[in-house]
Amino acid sequence: MNDIKRRDPRSEWILRNRLHPEHSTYALTHATGIMSEWIGPTGVKRKNPHLVGFIGPSGLRRIDRSGLQSSQQTSVKVQVDIDSRRFIQINAPSDYIVVVPELPGGRFSAQDKDLFGLAQQLASKHSETTAVLGVILSPLKDTALGEIGMDRVYFADASEFSDYDPEAHLQQLTAIEREFNPLYWLFPEQTSISADLGRRLSVKLKVRATSNVWQLDLDTLIATCRASGGTSDLYRPVSRVILALAECAEPVSDTRHEAKPIDQAINAVDVIKRIRNLGAVSVDPAKVALSEAEFILSGGKGIANWDAFHELARRLGATEGASRVAVDDGHMPRDRQVGATGTWVTARVYLAIGISGAIQHLQGIQACDKVIAINTDPGCDMIKRADLAVIVDSSELIQSMLDQLQQRQEEVQNVA
Amino acid sequence: MSRNLARLHSSDEVSVTVLVSIGKHPVTGRLRRADQDARALEMALGLSDSEPRVIYAGPLNDSTEPALRGYLGMGVSELKVLRQSEQNDIVPALSGFLDNSPSSLILCGSRAELGESSGLVPYQLADALGYTLVSNVAVIEEVTATLAVVLQALPRGQRRRIEVVLPAILAVDTASPVARQVAYAKASRGFINCVVTDAAEDDATEQWHYQPARKRPKRLKIIKATSARDRFKAAAAKAEGTGGQVLTSVSAEEGAVAILKVLKEEGVLKT
Ligand SMILES: Cc1cc2nc3c(=O)[nH]c(=O)nc-3n(C[C@H](O)[C@H](O)[C@H](O)COP(=O)(O)OP(=O)(O)OC[C@H]3O[C@@H](n4cnc5c(N)ncnc54)[C@H](O)[C@@H]3O)c2cc1C
Repeated sequence: MNDIKRRDPRSEWILRNRLHPEHSTYALTHATGIMSEWIGPTGVKRKNPHLVGFIGPSGLRRIDRSGLQSSQQTSVKVQVDIDSRRFIQINAPSDYIVVVPELPGGRFSAQDKDLFGLAQQLASKHSETTAVLGVILSPLKDTALGEIGMDRVYFADASEFSDYDPEAHLQQLTAIEREFNPLYWLFPEQTSISADLGRRLSVKLKVRATSNVWQLDLDTLIATCRASGGTSDLYRPVSRVILALAECAEPVSDTRHEAKPIDQAINAVDVIKRIRNLGAVSVDPAKVALSEAEFILSGGKGIANWDAFHELARRLGATEGASRVAVDDGHMPRDRQVGATGTWVTARVYLAIGISGAIQHLQGIQACDKVIAINTDPGCDMIKRADLAVIVDSSELIQSMLDQLQQRQEEVQNVA
Repeated sequence: MSRNLARLHSSDEVSVTVLVSIGKHPVTGRLRRADQDARALEMALGLSDSEPRVIYAGPLNDSTEPALRGYLGMGVSELKVLRQSEQNDIVPALSGFLDNSPSSLILCGSRAELGESSGLVPYQLADALGYTLVSNVAVIEEVTATLAVVLQALPRGQRRRIEVVLPAILAVDTASPVARQVAYAKASRGFINCVVTDAAEDDATEQWHYQPARKRPKRLKIIKATSARDRFKAAAAKAEGTGGQVLTSVSAEEGAVAILKVLKEEGVLKT
């Protein structure tokens, strides 16, 4: 189709001039032909407001831009949600940039996504045919690989090794190095598995890793790294192995990629293992620092029975937190206070019992994913913040939760 | 709390070496013992009654000596110094020295507080010496003549138990127990002994330059909206406007069921 835009200055002029004798006919053909919008001569979108909207019940023309309301008479514009992101397909990659994401809990972290963004920027700077290869070493729950920015993806056979198995993982990576000879290796810095692997690989490849990168100039390839234990910035030419911090680049947002699995066989050499993973150790939630706890049970002035509260925290396996009033009243130690003058918590689940949700308290729980509130006052701010709120008396609810947990435990024991 | 470090059996002759460096106070900038290295020494001191060997490679002068004495003040009588200039790469010196007088367990910090702070030294040493390496060690649970069992620190205060074959390098994390305080008398009594080693110039660093840390720019929320209405909605949206579910006039039992269900879905409830 020939989609070169051709101007018709005469019809444009007639359309602009409402006094022109032919104006109404032109406007009509214009309206029926290209709808109410068209691209003006300067490339700006023009709209004819007389042709949009509908006549409302009061007899006035109504334009609702949300598209929620429309009159029955007007022809229904079929809305097709076309993905406006560009789809990028690389058939025969000439070079590779490899990213080894951390995948905490089998999902891409924000840092992983930033790294794929950085990898795509490096790739497009290098050449059209440079592909970003994601190396997945552990079981993956996410499915949207192309949107994150992977042109190719390699799944290591995760059944062969556990989540922490640096020696076997390193063999996989060296096999990839042999097979693809990537331009760059990217690892998320300050993570428990990938950062360790990145350092092992850099030593193995005899490449001095560029660590703690938080900014990369794509033109000069000078990296800005946090050095001296975080007190200075080191500017240095980037090396082949890059360990990058969170927010080192914007994640991929306006392109989609193929995420085609690698069909080549990657043969990793077996090694004699000298590190054995004996598995996770159950930690006492009461001793986990409040700022790192994953699940916090927090109590405020609305708690009458503190013994039951502690018992509930123990049964749930939650780390205990408190509002300032609870701390001031001496029910909880000072290091358990959540909020502006206490600890800023990062818990995934925050269960608040009898806390009103003062702004100083809410500040401390900004980073929490799921907030559950229990309060007798349905109008308090904590309820507004909560994903689930229950309006009941705290003592009754705690007792009821304890009973149900007890019941479950007995059921499990009976089954076993 | 977790000072329950394993004691070595006297029959196992596992020699322990601790690698230390110069630290810098993050606020005042004063030189001091490095926090993670001090924790590593603390761990080694808890392992056995015989004194661990403590080695430092780097410049020795009037400004670094008081900082190094901090380690002596923790109760070791001698500190070995492999004297290097500031420009030197310390890894060849350390690996050369440790090759000649090996040690089956080497403890060190994960990241230095001065210079590049890349955290690569333990990895390079492990590679040069052919040792096993475990990073982010929080606790040493058990050491025998051939094996060590350690707990590794994971995010969110979690721990993983790892069995590692000796000889090994254990890089200690800030999750490990805090180091004891420095006793001034012990610090001034201890010996600092220099050992002659060869020096290797670190020529990669010529093009590097350091600057005081810049504050990282705050990431802007980029709104990709096609219409003015979407842009307005994104700009005017309230942060907390998620509109959660509110259960009013329910009994305590029903409330408890609903909460336990959510906790179960989120995977925080183990039973
Ligand atoms: C400078 C400054 C800094 C501060 N910093 C902090 C901070 O860091 N952290 C912090 O938490 N606070 C902080 N505060 C205090 C804060 O403003 C509030 O006073 C405090 O958070 C309120 O605590 P609360 O929600 O436990 O108590 P209240 O506001 O008294 O709320 C008690 C809630 O419990 C409910 N309730 C009562 N009985 C029951 C029942 N039987 N069952 C169920 N619900 C019941 C009530 O409806 C009420 O909503 C700070 C204040 C100032 C001035």
